[in-house]
Amino acid sequence: MSNDSLDPRVNRLKLGVAGEAIRVEEGENWNIYEVFHQEKRGAHHEHVGCVHAPNQELALIFAKEQFARRKKCVNLWVVKSADILAFDVEDEDMFANNADKNYRDASGFKVMEKINKYKQSKK
Amino acid sequence: MYGGGYIYDEPNKRPLAEQLAEDPDKLAAFEARIAKGEKIEPGDWMPSEYRRQLIRLIEQHAHSEIIGALPEGTWITRAPGFKRKLALIAKVQDEIGHGQLLYNAAETLGKSREAMINDLLSGKSKYSNVFNYPAETWADVAVIGFLIDAAAIVNQVANAKGSYGPYCRALERICYEESFHLKQGHDAFIELATGTPAQKTMVQEALNRWWQPIMHFFGPPDKTSSHSEKLMQWKVKMASNDDMRNQFLDMYVPKIWELGLSLPDPLLRKNEAGKWEYTDPDWDEFFRVINGEGPCNEERLRVRKWAEENGRWVRKALMQPSDKKSFPVA
Repeated sequence: MSNDSLDPRVNRLKLGVAGEAIRVEEGENWNIYEVFHQEKRGAHHEHVGCVHAPNQELALIFAKEQFARRKKCVNLWVVKSADILAFDVEDEDMFANNADKNYRDASGFKVMEKINKYKQSKK
Repeated sequence: MYGGGYIYDEPNKRPLAEQLAEDPDKLAAFEARIAKGEKIEPGDWMPSEYRRQLIRLIEQHAHSEIIGALPEGTWITRAPGFKRKLALIAKVQDEIGHGQLLYNAAETLGKSREAMINDLLSGKSKYSNVFNYPAETWADVAVIGFLIDAAAIVNQVANAKGSYGPYCRALERICYEESFHLKQGHDAFIELATGTPAQKTMVQEALNRWWQPIMHFFGPPDKTSSHSEKLMQWKVKMASNDDMRNQFLDMYVPKIWELGLSLPDPLLRKNEAGKWEYTDPDWDEFFRVINGEGPCNEERLRVRKWAEENGRWVRKALMQPSDKKSFPVA
């Protein structure tokens, strides 16, 4: 009956034969949830990684075990990876800032120049 | 914290030119990004050989974390004292957590966790060779916690500067936790080395048993290893096996000697050039053990299979069959 291991717990198990493969079915490790970690109240939740879980509630529990074991954490969010909508990486160029649109920036307005010009004209 | 320098690759008969047959423009842009120190992210274009090598590397690292918990887990029930037991439980939990982080990083490359577990159980995918040896006494646990973790840290700190974003992020988190592992291992090691004559003998014997597997840990000498040039250029492999081994010896041999312990290699010494000289470990034994003939290979896989088979009903009961499986986004 003994498995001839140094581990008494292993010797108590009924282990199968080594050569026989077993197959873990696709989906047996459930779904993937993205995890967002909040370090202190008022801070943004930051993406830190993901966990496998069968539902949201367990995803949250696994996220706590995985990502909040040590460093400070006050809250976690989980969301199914499949529910995240993102742009394609190849479309990155659409975020390039357009130099013509300086009316969107504070630097696009030359207030001091105008004030100085006005003051000059009054002298 | 168990990634070794040696990552098993199945014999690859495809000629190198064919393995690297990629769109030359895309390849050049990809290599330029890496040369600039940019990280490659999951959705980015990458050569198929880069993807294959990374899956192999990260997957085997993940398996090593999971299997590595077994020899140490053996001693949880028999740890000497409550504090040591608590620390060992915490460490083993960390290792399993590291395995999950790494499986997730590998999944971003398109191989599912189920497929990786199947490859582990069938023997197709390997794990760090040191875990095919048993932890015979508590002193073995101290040697593993101190020196194997130390060796893995040398490797992982190097890999954390690699080119693949998700792997680097996982390693950063892992290295942070590993510092606790190393410290608790060192503490247990010192306790035995400075203890009663029986304790000293015990730790010396464990050290003698583990020295060869530790020397094996970083993999075969550089002169015998093939295809690492491309992997270095792509920042998949960050340091050569011999360089990492040398760095490890430089950092840790003095910490062993200062406690009055010896190492079972009469040639071990630091030469005038600052390089460590040592007896080449038995590399035939290394390959024999990797290929299934180590003292614990069979037990490790049988225990893993037992866990998969006996945990299946729980996983299945919780499964939501209507859910469509996806992959991590980052």
